[in-house]
Parts: sequence; structure tokens; C-alpha cells
Amino acid sequence: MQSLSVNKRAAILSFVMLVVILGVWEIAITRQVIGEALTEYEILMGLGQQRSAIPPPSDVMVKAWEQLSNPFYDAGPNDKGIGIQLAYSISRVLSGFGLAVLVAIPLGFLIGMSPVAYKALNPFIQVLRPISPLAWMPLALFIIQDANSSAIFVIFICSVWPMLLNTAFGVAGVRTDWVNVARTHELGSLRTALTVILPAAAPTILTGMRISIGIAWLVIVAAEMLVGGTGIGYYVWNEWNNLDLTSVIFSILMIGVVGMLLDAVFGTLQRAVTYAE
Amino acid sequence: MHKHFLSIERLTQTFPDGKGGTLTVFENASFGIGKGEFVCILGHSGCGKSTIMNVLAGLSVPTSGVVKMDGVAVSGPSLDRGVVFQNYSLLPWLSALKNVTFGVKARYRDWSREKVLEHATKYLAMVGLEGDVIHRKPSQLSGGMRQRVSIARAFANQPKLLLLDEPFGALDALTRGTIQEELLKVWSQTEQTVFMITHDIDEAILLADRILLMTNGPFARVAESVEITISRPRTRTEIVDHPNYYAIRNHLVQFLGKRSRDLAGQRSEVESQSPDTVRIDLSETTPDPEPKPSPTRLKAVNG
Repeated sequence: MQSLSVNKRAAILSFVMLVVILGVWEIAITRQVIGEALTEYEILMGLGQQRSAIPPPSDVMVKAWEQLSNPFYDAGPNDKGIGIQLAYSISRVLSGFGLAVLVAIPLGFLIGMSPVAYKALNPFIQVLRPISPLAWMPLALFIIQDANSSAIFVIFICSVWPMLLNTAFGVAGVRTDWVNVARTHELGSLRTALTVILPAAAPTILTGMRISIGIAWLVIVAAEMLVGGTGIGYYVWNEWNNLDLTSVIFSILMIGVVGMLLDAVFGTLQRAVTYAE
Repeated sequence: MHKHFLSIERLTQTFPDGKGGTLTVFENASFGIGKGEFVCILGHSGCGKSTIMNVLAGLSVPTSGVVKMDGVAVSGPSLDRGVVFQNYSLLPWLSALKNVTFGVKARYRDWSREKVLEHATKYLAMVGLEGDVIHRKPSQLSGGMRQRVSIARAFANQPKLLLLDEPFGALDALTRGTIQEELLKVWSQTEQTVFMITHDIDEAILLADRILLMTNGPFARVAESVEITISRPRTRTEIVDHPNYYAIRNHLVQFLGKRSRDLAGQRSEVESQSPDTVRIDLSETTPDPEPKPSPTRLKAVNG
């Protein structure tokens, strides 16, 4: 054991924990199902049925295998593959997030570089920022009149704040020396912004983007439960209505996996622009 | 007084003192620098050396007075005035080479990529940086190497005036010595006009043609201009044997240790405060066996 590297030991430990958790879950469920005979009262109340409806991990794994071996099938509006549902969710997140980037980065530059702009916009930001993105949904549905666009708007509004504030913070914190280097080299405002301030603030900006994409992924599930039709959020809610808990558990896991991948992408980007002073 | 390449005329800088009044850092400071001259300015902290430097660089605006270069008043920063900052001010996300090409590209916008690279590499080689090292990021370089890159960036732009703000202040003594000699070497090849702030008397004597001495603030002024009568090329080991070396050094130590304080706070009645020119040259007269120069032998000539 001592001869193994830290990473290998951690991997073994993770695997052991996974096996223990799944084992306990499996045993707990099967015990319940084949446990003592139900009393007449319990049968009348339908309690036995509800208990047995919680699937053991083995069922979830079978479901996962089934779904992942054919993720893009499309058998009507109520029966689409997990891949299609995830693709809908990801495309909404990326559209809303992309719009937020287009607004937050230039506005963040403005706020970061001009104390007047910062002081003027700060009250608005402070009031709008703590609003739950879903609270915008009725207003968005009324004004935009389109469920899909409203979901994208909700993603936009929830991912704009961390990016805006981080960009402003990063831009305002650029060392005066570096700005002076740009000034003594007679760089214009645009060139200074692109060649000095942007790379200097990039790690902070990317941190904001990483927080934003995380929040966007949290919010899309809830938003899709509301607007319905397509997407992983709708899928979870639909399977709950079908009382297919195996699918619910499987899709919860998929939400986790996709969220992790999105975070990993931005983590990689963040490392690429980080510099040591 | 003949027309200088760079002339500083009646420069005054005041700051609010936080109690409603004003604090005058220096007042009516006037001096000139000739083309190709290497001038150092010595003075205690707080006498406004860095403020003068920022004004010359165009990074800050003085309360009153003008700086003229080639007869034209300075307004704002310019590529004609290169600056080497004390803390190197390299862009940490660019490699050493890219930091230099950053400056070259800004200076010569019509140059091809190859020409920019070649020019930058040449100047890095002049300060002793060659091979793999130039592709490293500043964080992977030692303090001495970083300052070399910074010097290469400034010289590569071939500015009309080079401003050095305590460039070796953060370096250890041994590294400082090496880079001082490299700076001399590069300077002698380029005929650059240099204005440098330093705290280090020996460094000033080694590098400068002339040393400006500042009295303590507030109301600091440039009191003396001491000519360094030691022939070039100079090296650290040889200048100490020069007959003028200790005479000049003693004069500077005396000034900084005592007279800068005695002269401090004296607001002179004259409008323009040009520094007194001091020339100490023992080698011109018959060599003196006596090692200690007495103050009577100093000739103070009003410029």
C-alpha cells in the first residue's frame, strides 16, 4: 500500500467507497421488498407498493446501459433519448451564457475602468443580482411569448452577474505598472484593453465565467421543469410524473456528470490564461 | 547656460497634505541634460526624485513648470521617452522575448514579424540573454534577468531619452554589479541619453557623467551638479584606483549625510534654481600624495 502513489491510493479509496455505498443501497432496497409480509392495513394503504418503487442501483445501471447505448432515439415528444434531452439543455445554457458574455465582458470593462460608471451602475447591479433567476420567468414568458427563448433569457440573467462583477473586479485590479507600460508605449485605448488589460484580467474573468456556467447549469434544470417540452429538466419532471424513479435517478446522475464536464472545460481554460507573477 | 537637449524649467510639485493645506515637494527645480549624457540623480527618500521621473516620463503632470525635450514641451507619455521601472514592470503572461517584441511592435508598427523578432533578440543578447532563457516567462527568471529584459525592452525602442527609476534597487549587490556593467556596455554602443534615479553612490559614480544632488524635502531642490571626472570606459574594479574617485565619493557622502539636511527647507529667493556645478579633478593638478582631499580644493563654479 505504501509503495503506491497518492493518486492511486485515492482512486482505490474512491472505488471502495462507491462499492460500499451501492452495496448498502442495494441490500437496503431488496430487504425492504422481500421483507416481512405486509399487514392488511399496509396493503390497503398501498405502502408496500410505494416502497418497492424505489429502485436498487442494479436497476439504475441497467437503465443507464439501455439509455446510453442508444442516447439519440426520438420516438415522439414524450419519448426522446437522454442524449437529445441533454443536447437541448446544453444548447440553451450555451446560448444564454453566450449572450451573457457579450453583455458582461464589455460592460465589466467599462465599470472596471471608470469609477463613475461603477458608482452609477452599482445600485442597479446590487438590486438585480440577488433576484432568483426563476422569478424572471413569468415576466419573460409574458414579454417574449416563447418558452424556449424565455428559458434562454433566464440563463442569460443568472450568468451575467458573476461575469460582470468578476470582469469589473479584474479590470480595476490591473497593476498600474502594466497600464503605465502601455502608456509609455503610446498604445491606444483599444490596444491597451486588448493587449494589456484583457490578459491581465483574464484569470479573474475566467473565474467569473466558471461560476456563471455552474449557476446556469443549476438553473436550466429548474427552468425546463417550468417551461416543459424538451431538455433534461423536463425529462426529470416527466419521468417523475410517469413514476419511473429509475429514470429519475439516472437523469440526476447525468445532470451531475454534464455539470462536472462543463466545469472541467472552464477549469482548463482558466489554467490556460493564468500567469504567475 | 547653453541650450540643453532636455531642459527642466521651474518645475514645482505640490500635494494636498491631508489637513487642507498643501505640501510642496520641490519648487522651481531647473536643470538640463545634454544629448548623449548619462545623468544620475541622488537624494534621500521623499525629496521627489520619483515625482520628477514621472513628470519626465509624462505619466504625471507637475503643479507648474515645463519639461522641454528638443525644444518641445512634454505632454503625456511618449515612445521617445523609454522608462525602466524599479519593479521591472514586465507583463507576466508574456515570455521575455514577447515582452521585448511588445515594445518593438509599438515603436515600429510597420516592421515585419521577422524584423521585430530579430531586433528584439539582438537587444536581449546585448544584455546577455540568449538561447532558451528568452522564451521563459518572467516568473521563471531571476530578479537580475527580469531587469535585464526590462532594460533590453527600453533600449530596443531606441528612445531619445531613457529614464531609469532605481533599476537595480531590488537586486542583490553581486547581480547589481554585473548588470551595471552590462548597462554601461549597452549605453556606450547606443549613445543614449539616460536619466537615472539611484540611492547608491558608487553606482552613480560608475555610471554617470554628472550627478545631480537633491536636498531633503519639503521644498527640495536640485542643489548641485557634480561632474564625474573619471575617464571612460570605466569598470567597477578600476574606478576605485582613480585619483578622483574618493574625492568625488567623499563629496557626495558629505552632501547626502549632512548638507542635504542643512540646505533643506531653504526657499531660495532667486526665481530659477539651477544647480551649482561642482567639478572635482585631482588629476588635472599635480598628483597629491595626501589621500584625503580637503574641502578647500573643491572648486565650485556657478554654471
